[in-house]
Amino acid sequence: MHPPMDLEYSADERAFRDEVRAWLRANLPSALRDKVVRYAPLTRDDLLAWHRILAGQGWIAPAWPREWGGTGWTVVERYIFEEECGYAGAPPLLPFGLMMCAPVLLKFGTDAQRQRFLPRIYRGDDFWCQGYSEPGAGSDLAALRTSAVRRGDRYIVNGQKMWTTLAHMADWIFCLVRTDASGERKQDGISFLLIDMRSPGITVRPLMLMDGHHEVNEVFFDDVEVPVDQRVHDEGKGWTVAKYLLGHERMNTARIGTSRRELAQLKRFAAAQRRDGRPLVDDTRFRDRLSRLEIELTALSITNLRFLDALRGGRAPGAEVSMLKIKGTEIQQALTELMLEAAGPAAFALERADGAPLDDPMLAAIARRYCNMRKTTIYAGSNEIQRNIIAKQALGL
Amino acid sequence: MNFDRSEEQQLIAASIERFVARDYGFEARKRIVASEKGYSDAVWHAMAELGLLGLTIPGEHGGLGGGAIEAVSLMEAIGDALIVEPWLPCVGVASRLVARAGSAAQQSSILPRVADGTLKLAFVEGSSALRASRRGDDLRVSGVVRGVAGADAADRLVVAFRHEDRVALALVKPASPGASTVPLRMLDGTRAADVALDQVPIAHDAMLAASRSVQDVIDEALDFATALVCAEGVGAIASANAATLEYLKTRQQFGVPIGAFQALQHRMVDLTIELEQARSMAALACSSVDLVRDARTRVRNVSAAKVRIADACRRVSQESIQLHGGMGMSDEMKVSHTFRRLTVIAQQFGDADRHLARFAALDGEDVQ
Repeated sequence: MHPPMDLEYSADERAFRDEVRAWLRANLPSALRDKVVRYAPLTRDDLLAWHRILAGQGWIAPAWPREWGGTGWTVVERYIFEEECGYAGAPPLLPFGLMMCAPVLLKFGTDAQRQRFLPRIYRGDDFWCQGYSEPGAGSDLAALRTSAVRRGDRYIVNGQKMWTTLAHMADWIFCLVRTDASGERKQDGISFLLIDMRSPGITVRPLMLMDGHHEVNEVFFDDVEVPVDQRVHDEGKGWTVAKYLLGHERMNTARIGTSRRELAQLKRFAAAQRRDGRPLVDDTRFRDRLSRLEIELTALSITNLRFLDALRGGRAPGAEVSMLKIKGTEIQQALTELMLEAAGPAAFALERADGAPLDDPMLAAIARRYCNMRKTTIYAGSNEIQRNIIAKQALGL
Repeated sequence: MNFDRSEEQQLIAASIERFVARDYGFEARKRIVASEKGYSDAVWHAMAELGLLGLTIPGEHGGLGGGAIEAVSLMEAIGDALIVEPWLPCVGVASRLVARAGSAAQQSSILPRVADGTLKLAFVEGSSALRASRRGDDLRVSGVVRGVAGADAADRLVVAFRHEDRVALALVKPASPGASTVPLRMLDGTRAADVALDQVPIAHDAMLAASRSVQDVIDEALDFATALVCAEGVGAIASANAATLEYLKTRQQFGVPIGAFQALQHRMVDLTIELEQARSMAALACSSVDLVRDARTRVRNVSAAKVRIADACRRVSQESIQLHGGMGMSDEMKVSHTFRRLTVIAQQFGDADRHLARFAALDGEDVQ
């Protein structure tokens, strides 16, 4: 019997957390950690290296069924694991294969599809990306126009995807495509296809962003042939699959662990910076903003635990995940904003014009990071879309 | 980790709910606020019958021995129904000081009578405004403290004053020679009083002799009260949000309910998130004052909570009125009364700035 209103993890959960922490200390390569902590861009090899270390430990896909390599952890243990990884500075796990394609295959795929793709996703043999957004279909995703026309045992795919994260590193892409344009509702006639990125007719073009990095792409499909057995679920049922994935959002969407680490980093940084001869962290105006941010993060960490507790009690997460996304991303952005202000104008020097390295590459990374993190309130369902979801689902508006 | 209410808490919550539904509707509250005393003896009696006056009083003195966690349901109900009876100043603060700092004789003569509703207390925080001087065996205390919650109704005052550069606590009868109170009607419908002491004698046996530092006892009691008022704030915020949501669904303009407009929907969503964040911090504050032994962590958690609740009180109260339009400002609408209470809660036991300073001064490790 728990005492009432107990904000602490149980003894078993604390033991689990300690085990994860100890393992991370011993197994997270410091070179990878340093890159994450310094906001340096991660290569495909970096991402896959960490993926394979976790796969080797058997911890790469905790939420999968045990027969496919899942760990059998409780929702709380999964949450603890993800937050500890974030706090330790582990590279992010790309969700496209592990947390998006795999659950779709487990729910809607054929046995053959599962046998073919799941072990490769688990081992990190295939690097996946997500083909959802298009030039005319962002928040209004169902307006997508990339077409797939059935010809014998193949689909012929034509069209364009946009904002495709890491498509330039990917081996496979899962796509929402239109197989029937005659439907009454635009949600009808959409299908879910798995497409080999090496297929003839695919062109990937970088979309350079304001942080100077290549992270997202445009992907063009020009008469790309896709075998019919790479369609998941029935033809025309792609929207059902997409909605299932939305409801399958993870409870670590707020990324508390990562934000805690960045807050500690920000405090150390602001203690070392000086304003008017004093440590910046002692400047009342700065300090108040820092404190409010820390308090918001503390509140969100408890809110997250409350939602987790409800989930464990059998209540399905709905609008709660949207709340975590909104607040979590607001905090992530606020951290980068305070970091930028703590760094001062010196952070705006991106590189030396003669190509030599800067004395302090971290400063420029702070400015790039500030620019890059604007994405968080836009991606994975913009925060405005999340508010629409809460208004409809939780408030009945 | 467990955020569910225990069976006992559920029973308390259910009995409070029945009591509010029966005795404390909005119309009944209006009559109480407009009455001469500004609170209801019948309601106070009913609260005693339900065990609510003894909720946080030790079991050996006729109470239920609960902490802040056990009082959450009551505080949320007080915030929701805007109960003006002085539970927080009397039971939440003053009786806690007696329980922590009083002698065995003081405790056994006072606390059972608080629990059964026959004695009301109020806390006069005069550690800087009230000064004592020695006159023979007795101390004489002088000074003025304004706006003391519940002092209008109190049968005994628990008075903090300064004596020889130390803070001391004593029990004072409001009718003592030299003591006078001027009752006040406050913005939120509660009552208070200006308390003036002029050479009021403090007998030796009226001193509350804490084994620990009196200042520590006061700090702890005020942190306890701060955690409780955070929970009350959550109840009031929830009430304001429910009223606003209902209004968005029923008020028609341009041929549709105004809740059909996305600009208003998104604001309502933000108020909903404010409630969740406030609820989380009230939980942190209440569990900290009950369970955290280390004073630094307790202070930091309570202050963090009060900052967040104060911010939420401001935002929710102001937005509720805005989303109600002119109707929100009408005295006829409960939400305008909730607005007033939220305005007071934001500053009660220290405003956001004061608690931000307290929070920042103790920085070091993570909260929790």
